[in-house]
Amino acid sequence: MGAYITRRLLINVLVFFLITVVIFWLVHKAPGDPVAMMVPADQLNSGSAAFIAAKRHELGLDQPLILQYWHWLVNALHGDFGYSLTNGRSVTSLLGERLGPTIELMGTGLLLSLVIAFPLGIVAALRRNTRVDYAATMVSLGSVSIPAFFMALIAIYVFTVRFPLLPSSGISDPSAPGLADSLRHLVLPALILGVANSGAYMRYVRSSMITELGADYVRTAEAKGATRRRVVVRHTLRNSLIPVLTYVAANLPQQLAGAVVIEQVFAWPGMGQLAISSVGRHDYSVIIGFALIVAVLVLISSLLADILYTLVDPRVRLG
Amino acid sequence: MSAIGLDTPAPGAVRRSPGRRAVRRFLRHRMAVVSAVVLLLIVLAAVFARQISGHDPNATDLFATRTGPSGDHWLGTDSTGRDVLARLLFAGRVSLGVGVAAALLSVAVGTVVGSLSGLLGGWVDQTAMRLADVFMSFPSVVVMVVIAGVIGPSVTAMVIAIGLFQWPQSGRLVRGVTLSVREQEYVQAARAVGAGPLWLVRRHIVPAALPPVSVVATIAVAQAIGLEATMSFLGIGVQPPAASWGNMLTDAQSLTVIKTMPWLWLPPGLAVAVTVLAVNFIGDGLRDAVDPR
Repeated sequence: MGAYITRRLLINVLVFFLITVVIFWLVHKAPGDPVAMMVPADQLNSGSAAFIAAKRHELGLDQPLILQYWHWLVNALHGDFGYSLTNGRSVTSLLGERLGPTIELMGTGLLLSLVIAFPLGIVAALRRNTRVDYAATMVSLGSVSIPAFFMALIAIYVFTVRFPLLPSSGISDPSAPGLADSLRHLVLPALILGVANSGAYMRYVRSSMITELGADYVRTAEAKGATRRRVVVRHTLRNSLIPVLTYVAANLPQQLAGAVVIEQVFAWPGMGQLAISSVGRHDYSVIIGFALIVAVLVLISSLLADILYTLVDPRVRLG
Repeated sequence: MSAIGLDTPAPGAVRRSPGRRAVRRFLRHRMAVVSAVVLLLIVLAAVFARQISGHDPNATDLFATRTGPSGDHWLGTDSTGRDVLARLLFAGRVSLGVGVAAALLSVAVGTVVGSLSGLLGGWVDQTAMRLADVFMSFPSVVVMVVIAGVIGPSVTAMVIAIGLFQWPQSGRLVRGVTLSVREQEYVQAARAVGAGPLWLVRRHIVPAALPPVSVVATIAVAQAIGLEATMSFLGIGVQPPAASWGNMLTDAQSLTVIKTMPWLWLPPGLAVAVTVLAVNFIGDGLRDAVDPR
């Protein structure tokens, strides 16, 4: 098991470096000079070439590309992603203060999608090819097909406009802070994120359960007098849990992509919202910092999936 | 072959080609058939956009902004007085076009990489499958955020981003088919008489992979249409004044619009939802048709 994990770790680290090279290359493909964007147009036209050169030097933009990459990577690995090109604040602190809300939203969303997916998937598998199964399949197809932002708009229409029960934007109300207020703000975004992701998980739970229900040990357990309930709870659910969780782990980066959309609709102050608003401002350093964090998440989730995978399959663990 | 008589049906059996049987199975999937009809209507509406709407999708009328549905503007007008129906129909061209183009790209890349990976094996296979993992887990929305932020958003970039980050699904499938096909005796025979890898891919692997790939390709179209809408909604996809279902909804990000002007956000949202659902149902039907179990 150790050897397998070590090998995967090495491959993943290699892949991570490849991703950073691509990201860095993209940055330098960018048209326009970041310095030119920091200098007011009238100054630029009046020919403050010395000032621009000084700025370029200060930002290290006059060094060879490979050196720039190296400095950038070393700094990034130390948690220093440089400074925002629009407001001069450090990217680390800008992204850092957005990390909490994003994790809160992603975590709650993930929990909700599992809470929806597991019962639906199990029931659909137990009543395969009945109306219940078809209904569950419809629900999951709907969740996969309807774009999350459209679901969000409908939810806002129902729960904020039509029946003013829940707030539709922000993370808290400064005039009435508190746990209850935070929870109220969390409900809609987390629910939509959860529903949007539950469809894919439900299908996975269903097919995983169907595979397990057809296994020989189920027949053995039933022959020994175990009830259906006991078979499901004690045997098939446990066995299908790990492949499903492996899938969930591998899918974490996609969850983040979903959160980007939800944050934008609900004005949730997370990393995704920051990244989207940075696109409009051409704030490369923030966008790159965000991309790096996603790359790290890709790395972690793939490792997590690998580890979970070794737990399921003894051939990998022992081989 | 038929000269030897291999194709002659057994006496008394009704002769049906595999393709015909697949069509019959597809027609038995009720939702898939309904979806195919719905999708056909949507495609026709997009193709005949100009004839149906009778308005220019980009003609502004600043004296009639955000007016409700009327005899002249069936779905009302938007914030610069453009006809919503005209924009909806022309947006359909963009959304469907991006969806199909991105899906074709992903299937093309997947077929090439998957078949070579399966045929050649070894380190080529290892590398390709590792890359597949990475492309699979790196979300294309984030890729588009980076591209849009650094190079600027464009439809071409979006098609490439969606296409390149979706190839692993068809790639793995084609690799699997290749691995099983290459052990078949007819392939061994072809190799023995000197068939090269390209010939094998064209003559034997692609035909064998086509039915399952068509399912994956259909689902890829659905995903691509949804992704395009999402990206355009976020402002990193199709840029105004060109209309897409996604960017028509960008306007709807205010409570006033959601509350009082449903004609601005319901039609494009429903258009995406119905189209993606229909394509997914067709994919479901195709799966039943090519893979009877």
